[in-house]
Amino acid sequence: MNIVVCVKHVPDVSEIEVKVDPVKKDIDKSGLVFDINEWDDYAVEEALRIKEKFGGTVTVVTIGDESADSTLRKCLAKGADNAIRVTDPRIASWDPLVIAKILYKVVKDIHYDLILTGVQASDDGYSVVGQALAEMLGIPHATLVKKIEIDGGIVRVNRELEGGLEEIIELSLPALLTIQTGINEPRYVSIMGVRKAMRKEIKILNLDDLGLAREAVKEASPIEMVELYVPPVERKAEIITGSVDEVASKIVEIIKSRGLV
Amino acid sequence: MMGEIQVLVEHRLGELRDITFEMLTKACELSEKTSSKVVSIILGKNVKEKAEKLSKYSDEVLVVDDDRLEYYNSDVYQMTLEKIVKERKPWLLMIAHTSYGIELAPSLAVSLNAPIVTDCIDLNVEDGKLMVIRQVYGGKLYAKIHVKKTDPAILTIRQGVVQPKELEKHGKINVLKPSIDLEAVKKKFIEYVAPAVGEVDITSADVIVAIGRGIKDKSNIPLAEELARLLGGVLACSRPIVDKGWLPQDRQVGSSGKTVKPKLYIALGISGAFQHILGMKNSQLIIAINKDPNAPIFNVSHYGVVEDLFKVVPTLIEKIKELKKQAT
Ligand SMILES: Cc1cc2nc3c(=O)[nH]c(=O)nc-3n(C[C@H](O)[C@H](O)[C@H](O)COP(=O)(O)OP(=O)(O)OC[C@H]3O[C@@H](n4cnc5c(N)ncnc54)[C@H](O)[C@@H]3O)c2cc1C
Ligand SMILES: Nc1ncnc2c1ncn2[C@@H]1O[C@H](COP(=O)(O)O)[C@@H](O)[C@H]1O
Repeated sequence: MNIVVCVKHVPDVSEIEVKVDPVKKDIDKSGLVFDINEWDDYAVEEALRIKEKFGGTVTVVTIGDESADSTLRKCLAKGADNAIRVTDPRIASWDPLVIAKILYKVVKDIHYDLILTGVQASDDGYSVVGQALAEMLGIPHATLVKKIEIDGGIVRVNRELEGGLEEIIELSLPALLTIQTGINEPRYVSIMGVRKAMRKEIKILNLDDLGLAREAVKEASPIEMVELYVPPVERKAEIITGSVDEVASKIVEIIKSRGLV
Repeated sequence: MMGEIQVLVEHRLGELRDITFEMLTKACELSEKTSSKVVSIILGKNVKEKAEKLSKYSDEVLVVDDDRLEYYNSDVYQMTLEKIVKERKPWLLMIAHTSYGIELAPSLAVSLNAPIVTDCIDLNVEDGKLMVIRQVYGGKLYAKIHVKKTDPAILTIRQGVVQPKELEKHGKINVLKPSIDLEAVKKKFIEYVAPAVGEVDITSADVIVAIGRGIKDKSNIPLAEELARLLGGVLACSRPIVDKGWLPQDRQVGSSGKTVKPKLYIALGISGAFQHILGMKNSQLIIAINKDPNAPIFNVSHYGVVEDLFKVVPTLIEKIKELKKQAT
């Protein structure tokens, strides 16, 4: 099984205020901590488990600037065999079909049986890139995958629907699957692994190498980022302030007044 | 931008899903502005009787009733829709941002060479330009996007953001029979798997204490559990807690878990991603404790505490114990 996994290097914004840069088309990235997209971490783990069972190779691909190397190195440290990074300041990075097109150019000449992506990237949350890539490659895909079983040329997957319902579907290989969180328990990286991975090569490509200098650039995209902004608040909670003791007392008061305790 | 706005009807197990009417409501709003026609498209088996209801919300209903559309298979749907779109040339196609829509819309966009923007929370036509709003960075920022190409543009729409309206149209119903070639289809529906039934039914609880990733470690769960017990409630959680295997799936609140409406919902260390909010926003009283003042959970909560939950919860537990002691 030769597997390609698409991974994105994203900032962790769960506990911080996200600021918009002056041009209002991107965020202010200073001081942010970046890591592999959560969904992609599960995809990499799934790929490694399949490789461990059936043999083959795992290739990780990303589109991103130099800082994304740390995400690729992490994947290599966990056991991925090859890493490719596409970088170019001209890329219309907010257009998911552009990202898919670039990945298509990278992947089409690699020998693969399976391609894995995350269900979504935690920053833009499109849930588009994997499915679009599959269509470009002319291979079947399944999204929101919670379980994978490979049997000969067939892959049988559980897809997550709403409300806890799942469906089982079968696809012929080669296929592309978008991986949902919780499918496995991603491994941690060993110090040894990281050290070894420092010596592995990362292949770097740009739009000219891929013959996409016309198509994948910002000017060519049919969608345009007009503005990024902090949303207006709708029903903002009444914030209870004071010392921890005061706050706790107020909460008790509120729930008591509603007869809930 | 005159012409047709098409809405792909979403249904499952014989039921039209709410998102269908949310999309049709939005489509009607836009159609007035753009003198467009709203066309709903329903694909499936034995779906003809659904067309009647849809005609109230559309200027035209296109029905493809075919045995081969019995189970949702995005390949078969894509093949069918592609033909309809190519023939009718809408300027806009709306699809639900659901497990079904996600599977279908992006590859359809590629095959139609159409731009796609997903998970839109609003859309509008401004000076003849199609503008959409979507959330990024977990809802902390909004992005306004101009879709410049509309022949057609494909948008997927988030569930629960449009207030559906009752409409009184009388759209004509048209049954289509596009050719469907299963030879080319490389995926196959096998079966549904129903969620396992657990011991605790969080949907019937009056009080829910829900934990999120902010609980940090499995060993901290008993703290939240004690609060729940003191309030006569149950413990529930956001998705990452289930993903890590710390609580069973039947405790998960949200779009891929349960929808709850308790009298009191206390959210501890939950950021408030929309998939979570979908499952709890109708709770009668929502109190959130989160150390991030910008956490989106505060947009749906009645009361908020911006503080470390590990400081507040133990004190809260003490106070409730005191109160209970006084009462006895
Ligand atoms: C298709 C799909 C379906 C999904 N379905 C669901 C679903 O059904 N339910 C669901 O919940 N999610 C669902 N998700 C996941 C969802 O997008 C979010 O990733 C998830 O809800 C985040 O969970 P969280 O708020 O616990 O974690 P995070 O977003 O990581 O937030 C943790 C919060 O804890 C706070 N915090 C940290 N430490 C402390 C502390 N000491 N004291 C106080 N606060 C603290 C932080 O400020 C932060 O706001 C789904 C995603 C997808 C793509
Ligand atoms: N810049 C990128 N580089 C590599 N893979 C990406 C990139 N952006 C998105 N992907 C892949 O596509 C998935 C879905 O992303 P999205 O459609 O942007 O939500 C991610 O989980 C990744 O696997």
